[in-house]
Amino acid sequence: MEFEILGNKDTRSGFGEGLAELGRTNDNVVALCADLIGSLKMDAFKKENPERFFQVGIAEANMMGLAAGMTIGGKIPFTGTFANFSTGRVYDQIRQSIAYSQKNVKICASHAGLTLGEDGATHQILEDIGMMKMLPNMTVIVPADFNQTKQATIAIAEHQGPVYLRFGRPVMPIFVKPDAKFVIGKADVLQEGTDVTIIACGHLVWKSIEAAKILAEKGVSVELINMHTIKPLDEEAILNSVRKTKCVVTAEEHMMHGGLGDSVAQVLARNLPSPQEFVAVNDSFGESGTPMELMTKYGIDSQNVVDAALKAIARK
Amino acid sequence: METTELLRTASQVRRDIVRMVAGVNSGHPGGSLGCADFLTLLYFDVMKHNPANFSMDGEGEDLFFLSNGHISPVWYSVLARSGYFQVKDLGTFRKLSSKLQGHPSTDKKLPGVRMASGSLGQGLSVGIGAAQVKKLNKDASYVYTLHGDGELQEGQIWEAAMYAAANKVDNIIATIDYNGRQIDGNVDDVLSLGNLHEKWQAFGWIVLEMDGHNFIDMKNTMLKAHSLCGEGKPVVIIMKTEMGQGVDYMMGSHKWHGVAPNAEQLESALNQLEETLGDY
Repeated sequence: MEFEILGNKDTRSGFGEGLAELGRTNDNVVALCADLIGSLKMDAFKKENPERFFQVGIAEANMMGLAAGMTIGGKIPFTGTFANFSTGRVYDQIRQSIAYSQKNVKICASHAGLTLGEDGATHQILEDIGMMKMLPNMTVIVPADFNQTKQATIAIAEHQGPVYLRFGRPVMPIFVKPDAKFVIGKADVLQEGTDVTIIACGHLVWKSIEAAKILAEKGVSVELINMHTIKPLDEEAILNSVRKTKCVVTAEEHMMHGGLGDSVAQVLARNLPSPQEFVAVNDSFGESGTPMELMTKYGIDSQNVVDAALKAIARK
Repeated sequence: METTELLRTASQVRRDIVRMVAGVNSGHPGGSLGCADFLTLLYFDVMKHNPANFSMDGEGEDLFFLSNGHISPVWYSVLARSGYFQVKDLGTFRKLSSKLQGHPSTDKKLPGVRMASGSLGQGLSVGIGAAQVKKLNKDASYVYTLHGDGELQEGQIWEAAMYAAANKVDNIIATIDYNGRQIDGNVDDVLSLGNLHEKWQAFGWIVLEMDGHNFIDMKNTMLKAHSLCGEGKPVVIIMKTEMGQGVDYMMGSHKWHGVAPNAEQLESALNQLEETLGDY
């Protein structure tokens, strides 16, 4: 199956466009940013809604507390900073003031994972999905491209409860249709197949599309699932597919421990034990480099998905 | 409310505190007793609120956030005594499935509580956020927060302090329970706060001081705080209190921060505190 490339953009710009649209359509949406307006693409929202935009400076703990407080009185706060400073730095604030307190805060996290690139490991968080999915009440979403990030941004405003929305910095191909409907917790089956299921999220969805093409040339029939919602996980989509293919590859720009792969493995272990291969970073920090160099070096490129698929099939 | 009535109410609140803590042999009586007078004044005299019909959003109402959540006994007592929930529920404090968790929480829907607290340093940010939304919503009510003095060692407090002044959040009144004690000893010995008055001033806040056990002084200070709101600056009150106030053997030490009295000690405490409104 051919995927039409509709353009090339960064997912963070999808967030910026989605937030700007929310600014125009939902008076209750407010936005907070910790000194990264340009990086998070929050300029348009700020310009159009200055009274609903809060620059908090380099003080992320305070930002999370402010956001929690702003839900009291009916606002829907969207916080914006890098994924590292959106999670690890403020885990306790999120845990107590947002997740445990069931506050309607949308934690919007850019520059996630290795593809932040040259800034290096201090900024390349690879543990955030794990931290966030462990929190009760938290919804965790990792959209695949620009269009899907925009759609997800708009969709989470309608969802009551805390959400972690993870996106990134590099320009990547756009393949989700601009009019697609984003449904939280409902996986997108991008391609049907019979030999192996590939379940991916974020930038690894495009890498998996590339891998599926290579595998097709080798005569391997791939079922490809874009698992944009890590929590709540679409267990039915996983089981329906793996019942057919009998093996699975998970692919993500995240640490192997605690990511999408872990969640899928739990579903399979409980319901349908099956060979699974993990394309993810293996217990390592990143380093400086270009996004694509890093994906190759740390084993989360399309070729790694191909190799994992062949290995999973051989284990059937 | 007349001062004599406030005194009578505070006495019952103190009875509730020691009975609750003794009832489960856990909890934090020291700071709770120290803030009994202030929270009695706040809930029975100062705040504009609607105990019979609690709403999370609290539109048109003053809001209170307890940042030092470990003094939950005093808050629960004042909430119950002012009508947020039944007084007999105080007997469930810290027990399995109770709405009255060890530290305040919202997940079991206890009326009066809008935010979980316990992990320290978070309540000022929350209060400031709520205060900014009051302004957005054109709601002229106040937001009150209460903090321990030891809690000011947390960095988030100072992030929030800087933010509120820079953004002219002038509808919040933060109060510091300045009892000079924390779990490990005197605040000055554990990690001195230095000149607290000057610190808050340097962060751009209007700083008031009051005696947390003198209702006349507290009433006057709260009136003054109200008059200073709306002037472009947040207001903080440094409230001098005694940890364990009202129970002689608990005063003058940090040792009753988080220790429950035994049966004999409870009896001694109750003999010092008049039952004015009926025990739960």
